[in-house]
Amino acid sequence: MDELVNGLSKVGNALAAVAIVLAILLIVFFLASRAKGRAQGPIAGVVFLGPAVLLLIYGLVVPAFRTTAGSFQDANGKEFVGLANFGWIFTAPGNSTFLINTVLWIIIAPVLSTALGLTLALLLDRMKRESISKSLIFMPMAISFVGAGIIWGLVYEYRDPAQPQVGLLSQVVMWLGVDDPPNWLLWQPFNNFLLMIIMIWIQVGFAMVVLSAAIKAIPGDVIEASELDGATGWKQFSKVTIPMIRGTLIVVLTTIMIAVLKIFDIVRTMTNGNFGTQVVANEMYAQSFVAFDVGRGSALAVVLFLGVTPIIIYNVIQLRKERSVR
Amino acid sequence: MSVEAHEFVSIPSNLPEETIPEAARRRLSSPWASFVVIVITVLWTIPTLGLLITSIRPKEQAQNSGWWTFFSDPTATLSNYSEVLTGGDVIPGGITPYFFNSMAIAIPATIFALVIACMAAYALAWIPFKGSTFIFFAIFALQVVPLQMALLPLLQMFNKGWSLGPIPIFPDLNKAGSAQSLFAGTYIPLWIAHTMFALPIAIFLLHNFIGQLPRELMEAARVDGASHFLIFRKLILPLSIPAIASFAIFEFLWVWNDLLVALTFAGGTPDVAPVTAYLANIKGTYGAQLHLITAGAFIAIVIPLIVFFALQRFFVRGLLAGSVKG
Repeated sequence: MDELVNGLSKVGNALAAVAIVLAILLIVFFLASRAKGRAQGPIAGVVFLGPAVLLLIYGLVVPAFRTTAGSFQDANGKEFVGLANFGWIFTAPGNSTFLINTVLWIIIAPVLSTALGLTLALLLDRMKRESISKSLIFMPMAISFVGAGIIWGLVYEYRDPAQPQVGLLSQVVMWLGVDDPPNWLLWQPFNNFLLMIIMIWIQVGFAMVVLSAAIKAIPGDVIEASELDGATGWKQFSKVTIPMIRGTLIVVLTTIMIAVLKIFDIVRTMTNGNFGTQVVANEMYAQSFVAFDVGRGSALAVVLFLGVTPIIIYNVIQLRKERSVR
Repeated sequence: MSVEAHEFVSIPSNLPEETIPEAARRRLSSPWASFVVIVITVLWTIPTLGLLITSIRPKEQAQNSGWWTFFSDPTATLSNYSEVLTGGDVIPGGITPYFFNSMAIAIPATIFALVIACMAAYALAWIPFKGSTFIFFAIFALQVVPLQMALLPLLQMFNKGWSLGPIPIFPDLNKAGSAQSLFAGTYIPLWIAHTMFALPIAIFLLHNFIGQLPRELMEAARVDGASHFLIFRKLILPLSIPAIASFAIFEFLWVWNDLLVALTFAGGTPDVAPVTAYLANIKGTYGAQLHLITAGAFIAIVIPLIVFFALQRFFVRGLLAGSVKG
């Protein structure tokens, strides 16, 4: 009961803080709107844009530069060590594990999520009632990675084959006639794929919903014309549907790639990077906050940054193209 | 959480709204498509069902038999929930304070991000000034900075302040004579960090929407002598409710499900840490107590699931929001 009162008062305080901030904002609005004449525009610009620009500079721009600087320094951020941290990332024995794993993640998880999402979108397009299936497949997107880790922990739980099984996967495999299922999360290198399945479980709904909208946006007469020309089934799919939704496909794929590159929670909660499942983002967390090696942690963050950059540049180019069309 | 960076997806919008005619759709609908979709739906739902069932089974059964045996031996109890809510013999501290922390973190963080992003989006769309296009693209491109890159410097800023040589650019917030920052033990760093990280995508999305509002409306209001502040409050905010609602859901789910920012800025104490941190912690420490872990996980995902199912329409609209380009 105490906890309840205590908790509610915390939420109340938080809401009061919101009210205070909004009140301050209103006062600023009121004062600034009294400006007359030519000062009006610039003052409004500063008031409206100022908070966002300040927060972005403090929160993203400066930290990005500081982290980049930190990546050239030693563990305590005291001495300049040149490229030593990057040298460590790419040459130290054992590091190849998280590098290779990250590459596998970036390729396999997005491609499978998109492919399965596309398949579902196509199938749903042929169903009369789709909404319940769509909701249920989409649902994992609302679940945190930690929650997903616990959900899938139950699937991958290992017990001695002589005992009653608790893990669903072991039980299914035993029903299928395998007497001695492996300890899934320790089963190198396949445990990486088992972790990827969790990510795919989460992302398929996203791919499905977006691609389904794109497919529905294909004009009916295009489909009919292709049918008159004799295109059906696979031919229609590969020559009409796919080209029509190509842009959306690429966006879905790159979006999942960015999410996967930064994947951290799944690995951390399932294996904590042990048993050959480490990835760059979790290694970065371990170096920075467990080993307290700021230099290496920063260098790993820079590697992530360099990995995301080409994808975002590509998206910016696409965006500019769309804008110029308008 | 998984919706991160998902929001800028676009579907081709130059295509007409008309879709495949109903007749054609009915002809295409086939039983095998329905069958495959149902199989995948079941596969996608089973892991979560396993979580729910395990969480209501008594300790002995949850630990020693698979959750599917529940169907032949249905014994249910709510004692796992009461133990995980208040703490008990196994896990000393309950989830309740963390649950309220999640509320107290997620609600203000969502509101702050939305208000500041709306203001910036309005300025970029409707206050003409030199360089506004550049700022817009620069903000969009800031998505390139991975969270991981900003964490360490931000933590330093909150703890020790920043200075550029002798010039302080962020004050040292330590109380005189103590090593504790003024922010320690408060939600403030979490609110600020979440707001900062949400801004690029939020501004982009809201700008897409706000920029599409009819020009005549704005001009008429300007001619009538309305200030930017009046227009913002009386025109922009009410008209943007659909876009604001979609983004609010995203941001709320994102913050609620976040683990990385929480671990960095809140640690694991019941004062400020959210449910995700609690879950990650008990999973690591009491991993064998399946009945309690699953109950805790279900408590943590129930709010996102309610938000998701109740507001799915807005959620999907948010996913497709990039399509407002036109």
